Amino acid sequence: MSSISFGGLLRRPEAGAALGLIAVLIFFAIFGGITFLKPGGMASWLNVAANLGVIAIPLGLLMIAGELDISVGAMVPFGAMTVAVISGHYGLPIWLGVAMALTFGVIVGLVNGFLVIKTAVPSLIVTLGSLFAVQGIVLGLTVLITKSTSVALATEGPAKLIFGDFVLGGQLQVMVLWWLALTALYVFFVHFSPFGNWIFAMGGDKVSARNAGIPTDRLTMILFVLSSTSAAFVGMCQAILYNSAQVAGGQSFIFNSIIAVVVGGVLLTGGFGSVVGIFLGTITFAVVTQGIYYTDFDRNWSSLIIGILLLAAVLMNNTFRKMALSYAPKKGGKA
Amino acid sequence: MTAPIMALRGVNKSFGPIDVLHDITLEVRAGEVLCLLGDNGAGKSTLIKIMSGVFQPSSGAIEMDGVNVTLPNPRAASEKGVATVHQFGGTFPLMSIGRSFFVGVEPAKGWGPFKVYDRKRANAIAVKAVQDFGITRIDDGDRLVGGLSGGERQSLAIARAVHFGARVLILDEPTAALGVKQATHVLRIVNEAKKRGLAVVFITHQVMHAMAVGDHFAVLIRGAVAADFKKGEKTREEITDLMAGGASMASLEAEIEGYMASHGGHPPQPAE
Ligand SMILES: Nc1ncnc2c1ncn2[C@@H]1O[C@H](COP(=O)(O)OP(=O)(O)OP(=O)(O)O)[C@@H](O)[C@H]1O
Ligand SMILES: [Mg+2]
Repeated sequence: MSSISFGGLLRRPEAGAALGLIAVLIFFAIFGGITFLKPGGMASWLNVAANLGVIAIPLGLLMIAGELDISVGAMVPFGAMTVAVISGHYGLPIWLGVAMALTFGVIVGLVNGFLVIKTAVPSLIVTLGSLFAVQGIVLGLTVLITKSTSVALATEGPAKLIFGDFVLGGQLQVMVLWWLALTALYVFFVHFSPFGNWIFAMGGDKVSARNAGIPTDRLTMILFVLSSTSAAFVGMCQAILYNSAQVAGGQSFIFNSIIAVVVGGVLLTGGFGSVVGIFLGTITFAVVTQGIYYTDFDRNWSSLIIGILLLAAVLMNNTFRKMALSYAPKKGGKA
Repeated sequence: MTAPIMALRGVNKSFGPIDVLHDITLEVRAGEVLCLLGDNGAGKSTLIKIMSGVFQPSSGAIEMDGVNVTLPNPRAASEKGVATVHQFGGTFPLMSIGRSFFVGVEPAKGWGPFKVYDRKRANAIAVKAVQDFGITRIDDGDRLVGGLSGGERQSLAIARAVHFGARVLILDEPTAALGVKQATHVLRIVNEAKKRGLAVVFITHQVMHAMAVGDHFAVLIRGAVAADFKKGEKTREEITDLMAGGASMASLEAEIEGYMASHGGHPPQPAE
């Protein structure tokens, strides 16, 4: 921004997300006190935000590029089960389990991307298919191999420290550090490096982007690989953290990450949004789901708040986008 | 006389059993505006899609600078200097002027993996390129393209094509959705592009717009070149009639005049 002004801030894609977060913080400060902003309370929602955020950012980038990936809901248990079966059930080295979990993430992402490029079927349908297919594989193979739907995994040493431990006094998951570092990386690549522009161009007008020389197919593949590998990574880290993996669970990530992305100001039709916005949207989501425990309300009410927040976000985002579009520099002020 | 920058020699195009273009021969020269006229469905868009690599001719040849070329895709065409600007500018509504100007060729500063997009430079170059075309109202590269008027968007797209070295500029109905003032802007920019030595192919339904900038006119009727003439060789009425595929426009005008004469000078009311 050439000048920092209130109007200028409102035109940014993360404006709605920032306002939403402030509203939510005030709400919970009034009804639950500020315990959730003290270190102990913060850990509870930071942990939720971190696990969600690592998936929400690449998913949000896909949405900016005009695509969607709901197979992340199956990739979380897939990543968890892979490391648990290889390193827990078979007792092979943990690093092999880690490598295989990430490899499967890459493979499913490549398959998703390939199908979306080659068939021109909407990515919602393609990844709905891979969501069920991967769920089937995870359940089928796990029961076949281990005769159980839950597999234990004991990890020690550096792998535990890096992927699934508590840090800073024992309440904060190491995932929080991953989340912060990855967010910084994404911010650089999306908003500062020249390549970030390509994602927005692709979501704005794919044909024009391709004609302008942007490798849209390759970019689509990369984004799908990023989202499914990130989901597998989160699942793998959770298995290492909790010393076990379940075949079920993970579906909540689908809706939760889409909510975080939309609350974060990403336009559902693509072409508009920001990493910082998704970051704020993720925190907002986590504060609502965890902050409710610090109030006298029943926790079920948090769904109501999230529903309202989502609708408000979509409406606000439309308003902010119109403001951004109609922005023209003031004529009167100039000599 | 110089060789034409681009020429079509006996080009035919059919989509399966449907013949859309028949034996089209056309030339576009540097510093000249070729106006492609014709009724809806005459094949104008199909023709320029062949020139810009979107479609392949079923038979016939495309020449550039006197040499046969194939344009397998839009990339290949734009690498040879053929740029197409579509009705709505073909740009990205939610991107800033600077960013959309440089899509795919973003300027960067810094080094190695730490290269960052150079917003200042992108904005400055983009704004200057548009202003050089006389659109001085665009002075902030951070504005979103979607916030510009239709004429400004067209101008931005044309300025972009020229900046990146286009030699043949193809404009598909650039003035169709514009008001009089906006259209005048675009026509002025077409003239400016021509002055800079580009070959311009200009599609329009408005004979007035064509006559304002055209040096050379080709009328398509059902996929064939029905007339090919130079500036000043035909009157507006003749061109209008040709476009409508015969004398129908003149008779329509006579009909309206007759109506007005018998109704005290009032034109017919449009149907409710
Ligand atoms: N991909 C296609 N397959 C089959 N027929 C097509 C295809 N594209 C165009 N046509 C046909 O070719 C004819 C010419 O279409 P074209 O779009 O080139 O016309 P036009 O002169 O640009 O018309 P307008 O003034 O309405 O833009 C039309 O009858 C159209 O139906
Ligand atoms: Mg057309």
